[in-house]
Amino acid sequence: MALNIPEHAAKAKLAEAGVKVPGGQVATTPEAVLRVASRLGPVMVKAQVPMGGRGKSGGIRSPRTPDEAFSAAVDLLGSRLGGHRVAGVLVEERIPVAAELYAAVLNHPAGPARRVVLSERGGVDIEDTARTDPGLIRTLDIDPRADLPPETALGFAIEAGVGVAAPAVADVLVRMYRLQRDSDAELLEVNPLAVTGSGGVVALDCKLVVDGAAAPRRPSLAAAAAPEPLTGRERRARELGLQFVELGGDIGVLANGAGLTMTTMDVIAHLGGRPANFLEIGGDAYTKARPALELVLAHDGVRSLVVNFCGAFARTDVMVEGLTGAWLELRPSVPAFFTIDGTGSSEARRMLRRRLGLEPYPTMDGAIEAAIRAAGGGAA
Amino acid sequence: MIVRGHERVLVQGITGRQATYWTRRMQEYGTRIVAGVNPRKAGITHCGVPVHGTAREAMEETGFDVSVLFVPPLSVEVAAIDAIDAGASKLVILTEHVPVRDVMNLVSAARAAGTEVVGPNTAGLVTPGECFVGFMPAFDPSIFRPGPIGVVSRSGSLGTLACLNVVRAGYGQSAFIGIGGDPVLGTRTHTALEALEQDERTRAVVLIGEIGGDMEEEGAEYVRRMSKPVVAFIAGRAAPPDRRMGHAGAIFQGNRGSYASKRRALEEAGALVLDTPSQIGPALGGY
Repeated sequence: MALNIPEHAAKAKLAEAGVKVPGGQVATTPEAVLRVASRLGPVMVKAQVPMGGRGKSGGIRSPRTPDEAFSAAVDLLGSRLGGHRVAGVLVEERIPVAAELYAAVLNHPAGPARRVVLSERGGVDIEDTARTDPGLIRTLDIDPRADLPPETALGFAIEAGVGVAAPAVADVLVRMYRLQRDSDAELLEVNPLAVTGSGGVVALDCKLVVDGAAAPRRPSLAAAAAPEPLTGRERRARELGLQFVELGGDIGVLANGAGLTMTTMDVIAHLGGRPANFLEIGGDAYTKARPALELVLAHDGVRSLVVNFCGAFARTDVMVEGLTGAWLELRPSVPAFFTIDGTGSSEARRMLRRRLGLEPYPTMDGAIEAAIRAAGGGAA
Repeated sequence: MIVRGHERVLVQGITGRQATYWTRRMQEYGTRIVAGVNPRKAGITHCGVPVHGTAREAMEETGFDVSVLFVPPLSVEVAAIDAIDAGASKLVILTEHVPVRDVMNLVSAARAAGTEVVGPNTAGLVTPGECFVGFMPAFDPSIFRPGPIGVVSRSGSLGTLACLNVVRAGYGQSAFIGIGGDPVLGTRTHTALEALEQDERTRAVVLIGEIGGDMEEEGAEYVRRMSKPVVAFIAGRAAPPDRRMGHAGAIFQGNRGSYASKRRALEEAGALVLDTPSQIGPALGGY
């Protein structure tokens, strides 16, 4: 899973990399906000939640006085924004701005390349600019094994029309490029990158998303990452190392492999049913059959269960052994509909008949249609 | 992207439990496994083949064409660069959870050296009746048998189901190309489609995509120019936005990487997009 680094921690990384950021401090109480605001002069108060459109949702305030900063903090702290609880706000000095730019470095899969993005229009959603004025977005693709040469960055900044700020912008791009690479980021975005009256630039906001696969070698970033907004059961699944997403329907899904699990959900929906969850139990996850089954059945609304195994790397006999064992221990009351193919399937089918007295369906669609009927819904 | 029976295969990480199991399956099927690599066990014989300390030594002492990597995620980049520098013609990287930065580096190095990369996070390649490289149930005749249908899939489990439906309908496969479930891949959809378009044994193509990224949209541009018919299924139609569905690459945000965008692109390019994998058989009727 990708690691979303909160703004204040991302800005600390930018500052370490030599990019100028506003002075400021994270505060978790209105009193602390008042103290920081009184010390810094005019400030911004920004909710520390990893979400897009934070400004539009009222998560960014520009109080005129320290007392207003206090009120803004009372308002924001403890509230919920985009599914996240606001535990802290960043109080930082307000910077006089001459112009707002957009700058980002991200991975470009089709290259593959490290892509540098620059737009003279900052402070707005880049997706909006892409829709209305795609000509204002410039991109530069660099071989992932190479550095961004300063002269290339300067030429790029001049071409992008950033005017007298070009040397300062180019310097920031070179630093951002290295930070994106060295922190294993999927995305490093500065929006807006403010141009000040003197032609200098300051990063007013920063989004840093780190590749979850790199977490083992980036422990400090992993520790700084904002927790994902998960349900209690999703969190429990994550702790067990299971991929589980709750969807709210009435037909539970257990399948092996991401593609097959998604497809099982899709076909349930296509045939008129409502999938309750995404739960993948391939690879070594079969040893977690019991907690997996408990997770699926814990949701009160589940009225039937589809078990769809198609063995490739994952062996269906091993998965069915684990699952039928868990079934006999838990003795759930909901009916289950199996379909089993691929590696180990003849033994798996025999085991299912012997241990649960159940006959697997010859096709996935057949099992799903039966599960929809058992749940009492659908067009099937 | 298509592996042939004459190609000599090196197994990097051959002594591990999974690697040992699948090396034996590959050997039984007829894959020409010639050597293995384990830096700490050089000199031993495992699964009946010599184990070398590096791919470079394997090339000097045994020689090989394709290397398949059963290597832990954070060691993949070094192992892949070793095989590329040794002169491998193809790499099949099975490992899941390889950092994207490492993948970009190794794909860039492979491109410069002229080495093809399949994966990471792929179940591998199958050429029914000849050989397979990876962990696919090539040996199950209800799923794989020689025939005229080329199959491309991001997912191993769903690719297996697609192949099962091909055989159920009375056909077989010319090749199975598992491209992998990661966001950055050595072989993208369009490159796999090009290989099947040029393959003379392939008469029609089954394309198994999923939500996330833009490979299907890019592949659709190539479908327009193909002479062979393409039947497609895209997984993730019922998936909610902004949630990763198992594969690191399977996430859509806004309209980017969405089911609707992929389906539209493929249909506009002339592909037949199916609602369920069980329609694959009937859809192949006549090819």
